[in-house]
Amino acid sequence: MLADYGYIGLFLVAALLFAVSMLLIPIALKFIKIVPQKPSPTKNSIFECGMETIGKTWVQFNFRYYFYALVFIILDVLVVFLYPWAVNLRELGYSGLIVALILIAIVVVGYLYAWRKKALEWK
Amino acid sequence: MIANFGLDLERYWSALPPELPPDWPGGFWWHWLVFTIIIIAFVLGLVMGFIWLERRGMARMQARLGPNRVGPLGLLQPVADAIKVLLKEDIVPDKADKIVHWLAPVVAFAPVLMIFAVIPFQNGALLADLNIGILYVVAISSVSTLGIFMAGWASSNKYSLLAAMRDVAAVVSYEIPVVLALVGVVLLAGSLSLNEIVKAQQIPFILLQPLGFLLFFIGGSAEINRSPFDLLEADSELVAGFHTEFSGMKFAMFYLAEYAEALFLSAIIATLFLAGWRGPLLPPWLWFLIKIIGVFFVIIWIRTTVPRVRIDQLMALAWKFLFPLALINLIITAIQVLAWPEALPWAMIPVNIAIMATLVLLWSKLFKLGWGRVEV
Repeated sequence: MLADYGYIGLFLVAALLFAVSMLLIPIALKFIKIVPQKPSPTKNSIFECGMETIGKTWVQFNFRYYFYALVFIILDVLVVFLYPWAVNLRELGYSGLIVALILIAIVVVGYLYAWRKKALEWK
Repeated sequence: MIANFGLDLERYWSALPPELPPDWPGGFWWHWLVFTIIIIAFVLGLVMGFIWLERRGMARMQARLGPNRVGPLGLLQPVADAIKVLLKEDIVPDKADKIVHWLAPVVAFAPVLMIFAVIPFQNGALLADLNIGILYVVAISSVSTLGIFMAGWASSNKYSLLAAMRDVAAVVSYEIPVVLALVGVVLLAGSLSLNEIVKAQQIPFILLQPLGFLLFFIGGSAEINRSPFDLLEADSELVAGFHTEFSGMKFAMFYLAEYAEALFLSAIIATLFLAGWRGPLLPPWLWFLIKIIGVFFVIIWIRTTVPRVRIDQLMALAWKFLFPLALINLIITAIQVLAWPEALPWAMIPVNIAIMATLVLLWSKLFKLGWGRVEV
């Protein structure tokens, strides 16, 4: 089992190396003058349909998925509990099913409350 | 005659190819080296094939010709594109966050490659047969969203930032129905390992889990931002979305990651719902390849057919349509796993298809997905 995770770790290294080396090829080609490098202020400005950009981009602004994120966390925890249950359902039998149904029911009450309170509307 | 043929088909179907030993071909390091090369070659090769297939297929569906100059039938067009993009100037905006701008393509692409470590190409032929395979896939597939958000944020471009925010919102919403739809598969198979799930598919799970398949397909398409859910690169609203400020090889990495994600979705659907490498007569890896290309063709087909949704419709679809149906599907599957008589697995197919049709029709009558104007 541990060997399998060793494969995953080594493969992560290989994947990162592959991605980084793909980005390094043009940098290497730049030194032998195949890839051009002629920066200018206009070229290096930000493209927003030809308009000059106004103010900074990194400001706080109200993007509306805050409530979604909160509901997501609750439901994600539910799902994490459901996976081991799903693997072992045949051994757990009906009692396991009923326990899981109670857990789902508790979360669904919260979900319906969020729906009623219009937390799931995009506005 | 017909009964005979059915028996033959069943024998062909249930005959598993011999399982390869865990560290085939010989030794830890050889196994790692061979499969790393296989996976990278598989991903790059199929991504190029997919780009060609999508451009030619879409052109065909839209009564155009598509790329047909480079090589026979335009087959070398992806290669020409790759060389072109390699030789392009790398432009980084002055105001951009340079380090994050450089890291974003790596963070977006590497996790997509990681997913293929647990996908079986044949019985036992995979890099690492993790006993938590599906959980691993679900966890790793969400990481590339981080790369997309890094790209949008580092560009210092307002449209890019908005696109990245939209992507995070979409992934957060669609994660739940996708993961819940997968629980149905886990219930039927009784295992999280992808190879075990393929072995458990005496009947392909698309027939036993039609509703789960539908939910997973819709949710998966939304998570990898395929049209009709490609709001983060809605050209008419956001210039080119999160990769507006990327050029040359960095842009190519995002392009590659996008198609690699489409490939991963096709491979996961082929493995979990279409019985993976199983099939009569042809060698198992060829069956797997055929199924992947078939699923990807359906994805292209949907792209050319359905118009892009609006963001409030996208959210409503996830939270009010897919999530409740995924919960109902989960409960029904759990009851069926416990109560269905073992001798009659085939009888489950018409019952489940009927349940799917009823639920989808009923639920779409219950409420409207916010047509008309958006309240602001």
